[in-house]
Amino acid sequence: MAVIPVQRQPLSLAERAYLPQVAAGLRITLKHLFAPKETMQYPEQRPAIPPGYRGVPTLVKDPHGREKCVSCQLCEFVCPPKAIRISPGEVPAGAGRDHVERAPREFDIDMLRCIYCGLCQEVCPEEAIFLQNQYSMSGYSRAEMVNHKDRLYELGGTLPDSFFKWDKKKAAEEHGHAAH
Amino acid sequence: MADFFFQLPLMVQGVLKGLAVIAVMFPIAGACSMAERKVSAWIQGRQGPNRAIPPWFAWVPVLGPALQKLGAFHLLADGLKFLFKEEQIPGQVNRLYFVLAPALAMIPALSTVTVVPLGAYLDAAGQVVPIALAHVDVGLLAVFAVSSLGVYSLILAGWASNSKYAFLGGVRASAQLISYELSLTLAVLPVFLWINAPGTGGTMSLARVVEFQSQPGFWGGAWFIFTMPVSAVVFLIALFAETNRQPFDMPESEADLVGGFHTEYGAFKWSLFFVAEYSNMLVGSAVFILLFLGGWNPLPWISLAKFAGWTGLGGHPLLLGLLSIAILLGKVLAMIFFFMWVRWTVPRFRYDQVMRIGWQKLLPLAIANLVVYAIGIACLAP
Repeated sequence: MAVIPVQRQPLSLAERAYLPQVAAGLRITLKHLFAPKETMQYPEQRPAIPPGYRGVPTLVKDPHGREKCVSCQLCEFVCPPKAIRISPGEVPAGAGRDHVERAPREFDIDMLRCIYCGLCQEVCPEEAIFLQNQYSMSGYSRAEMVNHKDRLYELGGTLPDSFFKWDKKKAAEEHGHAAH
Repeated sequence: MADFFFQLPLMVQGVLKGLAVIAVMFPIAGACSMAERKVSAWIQGRQGPNRAIPPWFAWVPVLGPALQKLGAFHLLADGLKFLFKEEQIPGQVNRLYFVLAPALAMIPALSTVTVVPLGAYLDAAGQVVPIALAHVDVGLLAVFAVSSLGVYSLILAGWASNSKYAFLGGVRASAQLISYELSLTLAVLPVFLWINAPGTGGTMSLARVVEFQSQPGFWGGAWFIFTMPVSAVVFLIALFAETNRQPFDMPESEADLVGGFHTEYGAFKWSLFFVAEYSNMLVGSAVFILLFLGGWNPLPWISLAKFAGWTGLGGHPLLLGLLSIAILLGKVLAMIFFFMWVRWTVPRFRYDQVMRIGWQKLLPLAIANLVVYAIGIACLAP
């Protein structure tokens, strides 16, 4: 590596007198005084959330309003801080969703444990759990910081989905039965 | 009302006048601390404090939010906080001197204002009469004498705190104030050489200096900053050092000395130091303005008497007096803004740099300036 000696220039008279430099500095700061301010007034103004942001994990429904989670518990097992707790249950009878294998009875995510790693979203075979835009979680007690199933669906809402895996499966089954 | 006031004993009148001045100065000094926060924020591209608002002010349509944006209620909140906070006195301090120091800081800060003329009005004969708490010929000499006592509070605070940062702060304070007092005094000598013609009665009165800057004619109406720029610059720099403002805030220098002399202080005692510093700045800027920036004259070459003649305020001494005080106060606040502006522009000097600037640059400059002006004035004198 070549060593390039840099000649240090002797200070000019104006630089040594210092006062002209102060005046130049004052001009710069005066410009900043009147420049638009950078601060975002947070609760009123919110930052734009970029796509792919990993916020609070939520459960989503498909466009038919069916809960997508089938309580396979993969997310529970993969979750590094063990923030997710699922109690599997049966699909409620008569809702027209009997062909879906299972549904969670309880689905809790403890937001005091969650590290927002996104592994649950990664591992979910049903694309039922997503880390979405919500970034601000607060509460007055530990119990408040646990997101239960209804809250998770409320946060998650519905995401577009054109695949409808379980409908196809049902159709294929019925077709198969008809063929026999 | 006025008759009743003038019937009071002279002592009571003096006390009332003094209290009136303090009642104006104390809140302004407090408000300066908020202005400091806002100016620093704006210069750094931030908004500054703009949240606190009592609910009944939030109901006022335009004024409430405007005051909120300016952080006016943070000032109240801060003041209340300082009042009601727990007063902690560390175990290692000398309690008597520790408690005495902040009070001692306030005394010179508020007593120098007595000899500073604050405005002027025209009497029935059309003569300009300055408004001051005390009309004394020692004027500026008294300001210098009393304000230099202010450093004792810093030394006392630093010494009584019995901790190394506070001690270093106190030592620096004394060294810095002694170094810059010389330049400060030498810088104003040309002004007083000029206004005290040989053979006439000598005076150090600041009102006389303003009188000299409000004469008719080109040279008569010129403020002394135009005729004596070097004096003005040296005085201004020394003033920064005397009031412990950045870039000369050696006694405090929070980067290397935590908080300097006030490291061990908190709550109301700490805020007393703060108010004293701003009061010093207010009086210091007032003196600078009276000496070099025409005092209560609205503009260069436009004296207060001329201004009164144009607007017809000459016959209303009360109105004109208030107007002149407002003009002086406006200039003082502009100077305070300049102090803050410089603070958020120039980095703090090192201790050795402060000493070098004081002794090797400013003092010879002040002496040379004095010699040049002494010769010049001797030649010009009739």
